Amino acid sequence: MAIHIPTLAPETVFHVGQFPVTNTMINVWMALIIFLIIGIFIKKQISFRPGKFQNGFEYILELIMGYFDQVTGDRKKTMRFMPIVGSVFFFILLSNWLGLLPGTGSITYKHIMVLRPANSDLNLTLAMALVAVISSHIFGLISVGIFTHLNKFVQIGTFFKSLKKGPIAIMTAVIELGVGLIEIISEMAKVLSLSLRLFGNIFAGEVLISVISGLVSVLVPTPFMMLELLVGLIQAAVFTMLTLVYMTVMTAEVHDAH
Amino acid sequence: MEHESVLALAKGLTMALGGMFPALAIGSIVAKAMEAIGRNPESAGKSFVPMLLGAAFAEAIAIYSLVVVFTLK
Repeated sequence: MAIHIPTLAPETVFHVGQFPVTNTMINVWMALIIFLIIGIFIKKQISFRPGKFQNGFEYILELIMGYFDQVTGDRKKTMRFMPIVGSVFFFILLSNWLGLLPGTGSITYKHIMVLRPANSDLNLTLAMALVAVISSHIFGLISVGIFTHLNKFVQIGTFFKSLKKGPIAIMTAVIELGVGLIEIISEMAKVLSLSLRLFGNIFAGEVLISVISGLVSVLVPTPFMMLELLVGLIQAAVFTMLTLVYMTVMTAEVHDAH
Repeated sequence: MEHESVLALAKGLTMALGGMFPALAIGSIVAKAMEAIGRNPESAGKSFVPMLLGAAFAEAIAIYSLVVVFTLK
């Protein structure tokens, strides 16, 4: 008896013209439509005396802004990064938790799962990781200046400044040139680690739930699904905090370490 | 040796070795956090989130080896 575990690549459910729509894409659209409905609903009744709905969301927002302030140390910076970082957090959280609803993984159409957790698709997590790292670079370019930012990686400016200071400074500058080039590789490692961490956790959770439900599907999957709840929250928090840390590091004020 | 037995061996060894060190790492992270809470019980709320963050980083390495296991065939 073979337990059907999900494949690494998401399966195409139907085609819109030539464009294949995969089951994870359906989940992404579900999350987006839920956010759109909540957003429009709050915007319509926004007021200075908040009702219960708006109050709840303001509370959640205050909570996460408090956590972000601990990383950036400055409320203005938090508000600046909030559009990208906040939406990444809420999107990953909602799509992880949507993957636990009954029907995900069990409704099939021609032997293909119709719904699958959105982050169990390496395409999505890679795209989000790329956006996070590239936007941290863009924030760095905007706030610190083009030459200072590029100087962090290809440290030519430091090299020329050290030519005036003597041989030891020149040696240090040459070593720092090499270190700067290695930093470029470390940027790619950031993208890979962000995407693989999220993908691995959610995909492994999906495989776990499939296997356990294939063995005993009555009460036994419950602790695993609660674990998935926790893992979904933690992975969203980790992705968000890491993105925030990268952005904060890139926009940190440069001070000469002499 | 046939392909299937080597494959099974590779998958098992990858996950076993790749899961040992992250397990040790997470254990020592949480142990240090417990020590800190024991020394200063009020810091439980403040040190919970960094502990969770550190544990998630250590766990990511185990997840990388899991992804490698999935790609073996």
